[in-house]
Amino acid sequence: MSHAEKDSFGAKLGMWLFLFTEMLLFGGVFILYSVYLTRYPKEFGLGGHQLDLVFGATNTVVLLTSSLFAAMSVTAIKRGAKQLTLGLLSGTIGCALIFLFIKYLEWSAKFHHGIYPNSPKLIAGPPGESIFFSLYYLTTGLHGIHVIIGGILMTWTAVMVQKGMLNSADNVTLENVTLYWHLVDLVWIFIFPLYYLIL
Amino acid sequence: MSQDTAMAQGGFWRDTRRSGIGSWIFSTDHKRIGMMYLYCVLSFFLVGVVLGFLIRLELIAPGPTIVTAQTYNALFTVHGVVMIFLFIIPGIPASFGNLVLPIQLGARDVAFPRVNLLSWWLYAIGAVIVLVSLFTGGGAPDTGWTFYVPFSARTSTNVSLAVFGVFVLGFSSILTGINFITTIHRMRAPGMTWTRIPLFTWSLYATAWVQVLATPIIAITLLLVVTERILGLGLFDPNRGGDPVMYQHMFWIYSHPAVYIMILPGMGVISDIIPVFSRKPIFGYKMIAFSSLAIAAAGSAVWGHHMYTSGMSDLGVLVFSFLTFIVAIPSAIKVFNWVSTMYKGSISLEAPMLFALSFILLFSIGGLSGLILGAAATDIHVHDTHFVVGHFRYVMFGGTGFAFFAAAHYWLPKYYGRRYKEKPAIVGWILMFVGFNVMYFTMQVLGMEGMPRRYYDYLPEFTRLNVVATVGSWILVAGIVIVVWNLWRGLFRGEPFTGNPWGGATLEWSIATPPPTENFDEDPVVTHGPYEFKGAGIP
Repeated sequence: MSHAEKDSFGAKLGMWLFLFTEMLLFGGVFILYSVYLTRYPKEFGLGGHQLDLVFGATNTVVLLTSSLFAAMSVTAIKRGAKQLTLGLLSGTIGCALIFLFIKYLEWSAKFHHGIYPNSPKLIAGPPGESIFFSLYYLTTGLHGIHVIIGGILMTWTAVMVQKGMLNSADNVTLENVTLYWHLVDLVWIFIFPLYYLIL
Repeated sequence: MSQDTAMAQGGFWRDTRRSGIGSWIFSTDHKRIGMMYLYCVLSFFLVGVVLGFLIRLELIAPGPTIVTAQTYNALFTVHGVVMIFLFIIPGIPASFGNLVLPIQLGARDVAFPRVNLLSWWLYAIGAVIVLVSLFTGGGAPDTGWTFYVPFSARTSTNVSLAVFGVFVLGFSSILTGINFITTIHRMRAPGMTWTRIPLFTWSLYATAWVQVLATPIIAITLLLVVTERILGLGLFDPNRGGDPVMYQHMFWIYSHPAVYIMILPGMGVISDIIPVFSRKPIFGYKMIAFSSLAIAAAGSAVWGHHMYTSGMSDLGVLVFSFLTFIVAIPSAIKVFNWVSTMYKGSISLEAPMLFALSFILLFSIGGLSGLILGAAATDIHVHDTHFVVGHFRYVMFGGTGFAFFAAAHYWLPKYYGRRYKEKPAIVGWILMFVGFNVMYFTMQVLGMEGMPRRYYDYLPEFTRLNVVATVGSWILVAGIVIVVWNLWRGLFRGEPFTGNPWGGATLEWSIATPPPTENFDEDPVVTHGPYEFKGAGIP
């Protein structure tokens, strides 16, 4: 294949491969989760009840909506609707910010109750509970970092769309960033039932 | 590089838009990136050699000899980290892979040239972080390169920073893998069917899949060690309900497949060199290509054989032992095919071929000693002894290390337009080969007799063999010095190297020496396989 022409299929192939590595990264945490779940099923159940279902459910809806906006922005740019694309991307970024804000409220409430890694309360409690919350903070923290990275990427693409560098003919970057965003959403879809809805 | 050398060398050395160091560290040309990798990995190799040399010197006699026990722990840890993460994992794929792979496919560059440059930057940044970790904080890590918990979570040395450096290096490895897979799928020249891809590139394809599928697990594991140290999560701490054996599982899920990231490209180099220097098409092309994938697949399912003594279930030991033996099949296919290729060939014993031949012997010894470790009963006898150390060196240094030097003697003249002298290369090779066997075979015997690995002191009855091994290390180092010096000197001052003196039939031998910036003046159309020497118009 010649060097000059842009290979958007190749770019998407590369992105999919990268997304596999992201799934495997989270897969490591989920392996730990499954091992410790079989070891401490009761403590995991009790731990799950201490998480706030309203916060979790709201965040699930927020992220799903953001993914919808992201997917629509790809269609919009392919139709050449620049303003609509920018609006939808802003919607995604807005949802990301709302998600992070809710996460902040949730974490600070837990901190307030003395539940955080290595806290005296967790050390005094049963080991399974400590493991559950360690995994909870690890997984949601790692996911939160991905939300932040995704938000930065979304902002960057929005600037490129604004400048006309991404348009109806050449939009594979937007498509790839959207794919990344769907992964962030997908991971949350696993986190929510595993931690909030367990038992 | 001196001025006269630059004048003598055309091609990608001269043709550039920028000048000075910026023309290298911001270049997206795969050949320049490959060269930068080459210089980095070779430098780290020499650092690792010095550290290994010091470890061996310390062990020449029982008791304290040249360093304290704490320094000894730091020495073998840093030797391991440097050799594994900075030399042998990126060694062949990142340097020679970048130099050769796009040309062998008939492409002008890799699929993502800027990502390629990013990989190199991440490699450089990761290497700097690792190096900084040695001299700051609580001093050089002393955990061994495996960073086993609980010790790695508790030691006051600078483990967090070193582990983070390795995390960054892993990212570099993943991006290189993604780039190579996409390049091989999308950038092949017309006529370059899957069964016409040279075997070196085939081996890089298998390697790239392992890089992509295994590295994320070490990334999360290393992050866990860092959080364990900083936040005290307790996930691997038995006092807090965690399980240290889980760390070992997660570590080896990556680190065993990583062994195949290290060895597969070496096998690819050998598969390219043997037919060229035997003047015969490779025997069983498809089986060699397929066995690379088989090794990559089977090798990903055998991590548990590092843990026979960890308290894993008997069934687990049995299953992992069985799977481990399966890896021997594709490895043996390769060895038999290389030997069959040479049968009735017109063998020319030049430096690349000598390194390739010693690869076959040393890798076979390494592989066969691996069977002793793969069988649970014998493994429990030699577990964590010098036998393991010797086995690992036979596979990694006797295998990949010798393949690295084979590749250097085979391809580098092509990229420099000058060549090394043959005689010093052969002398250096003899010293390396002899020193290598004296050193590592003795270590295997020591392990059989019960000398543990990683120990600072040992019983007096092991003294004689330790002296032999240490003397072997001197011969080996002398050989390495001669080989590296001869390559260095020859590539800058040596005889001109033009045309196709080796008589290779792969695409890199059909273009100018040194290769021009865009590799091909016009996109090639491939009409024959990589080892069809007859009728392919080989000069």
